[in-house]
Amino acid sequence: MSEDYRSVFTDGLWRNNVVFAQMLALCPLMAVTTTATNGLGMGLATTGVLLTSNIVIASCRDLISQEVRIPVFVLLIAALVSLADMAINAWLHELYKVLGLFIPLIVVNCAVLGRAEVFASKRAVLASAVDGLAMGLGYTLALILIGGCREILGSATLFAHASLLLGDGFAFLETTLIPKYKGFLLMLLPPGGFLVLGFLLAGKRAAERRWQRRATNRGEARAGAQQSPSAA
Amino acid sequence: MNRWFLKPEYRQRLSYHVALLGGVALLTSAAIGVADHLTRPDIAQRQLEDLQITLQQVVPATYYDNDLVRDTVTVDDGGRPLVVYRARRGGQVQAVCYQVSAPGYGNTAMVIAVGVDRAGTLLGARVISHNETPGLGDKIELNKSDWILSFTGRSLNDPQPDQWAVKKDGGVFDQFTGATITPRAVVKAVKAGLEFFAAHRALLLDEVAPGPIAGQPAPDGGNRL
Repeated sequence: MSEDYRSVFTDGLWRNNVVFAQMLALCPLMAVTTTATNGLGMGLATTGVLLTSNIVIASCRDLISQEVRIPVFVLLIAALVSLADMAINAWLHELYKVLGLFIPLIVVNCAVLGRAEVFASKRAVLASAVDGLAMGLGYTLALILIGGCREILGSATLFAHASLLLGDGFAFLETTLIPKYKGFLLMLLPPGGFLVLGFLLAGKRAAERRWQRRATNRGEARAGAQQSPSAA
Repeated sequence: MNRWFLKPEYRQRLSYHVALLGGVALLTSAAIGVADHLTRPDIAQRQLEDLQITLQQVVPATYYDNDLVRDTVTVDDGGRPLVVYRARRGGQVQAVCYQVSAPGYGNTAMVIAVGVDRAGTLLGARVISHNETPGLGDKIELNKSDWILSFTGRSLNDPQPDQWAVKKDGGVFDQFTGATITPRAVVKAVKAGLEFFAAHRALLLDEVAPGPIAGQPAPDGGNRL
């Protein structure tokens, strides 16, 4: 089966985005997206786990029988997350101090199990790797977007403490929009997360509808242009 | 090709399911066991380094010339053993450092290191680990906010005991926007840490031998607070 990697990629990033289309993984999303930096950290950690879990599950998909596939997937994903947790703690300790908070949350991320079930258990290893990467990046994008909106509205900063996550070279990302901002608590609490998600979803739908309308208009125009010489 | 295990009819059998599930469970547990074995010394080393860094933060270097990570005394703190690190200069204990824990938001424990000098004045407090909400309760970390520095120089009588609380409760310490439980718990824990020092002062300062008289005021020491 030949794979259309481009379509797999755009599916993950936009058309079938974990958050904006599948509406999965909202629990860790609401928990960490109080700042864009936290969103980025969680997104990167999740991308790593999605990529490896998709590869592992796709490579032993022939062995896993239908009836017990879910517990097997859960075991494999939980083991991978634990391994990542220990390895980062031992060998990338500086990163662990920042990401350590998020790693256990990945186990409860149903998007990882979702991709194993929907994609990796049925497709080739390479395609599954691409899917894991694309889904992870799409999730990262969503986390940064929602985290950014909540951070701007809630505490009037953007990418606060980015240098802790990415190193001092990225300190330029840290912006304070309004100094001495009193803070808008609702945005930092989970309800604010749902509000932001709702508005972003509405925006995505509106944009897609507009693009679709424009595409059909253009199609009609082209059809009209093609017809007009024969009509003339 | 004799790939019998790939034939679908075998995969329908109950014994195959059991073997598969058991095998995967065994493999993953083995992998985690091996990884734990491989990473344990490294993780312990990293935690020791973290501990040294924390100790240096709560006890200024001028207070000691010994290796305070190794100079410890274990004190019974209400049924739980508590390891106290002693900072000595010229053999005399100048300050002690220990960890106190507090139930944070959602009942996950926060661990706070406090350094206290001979007079019972807080040299510094730092949150070592916590599971507070990122963006709300995590302002107790020094790299997110300098709130935790507001404890430096305090003692049990400064502020007065009833002022040892967040402002919302009539005390002197700030709370955070949207998070009162976390700073309230930290204030309570730091105060408990100072009370622990007052209760075990002589033992902590190595003025009595640890033993049955632990916790009793020494003749020369006692409650000078």
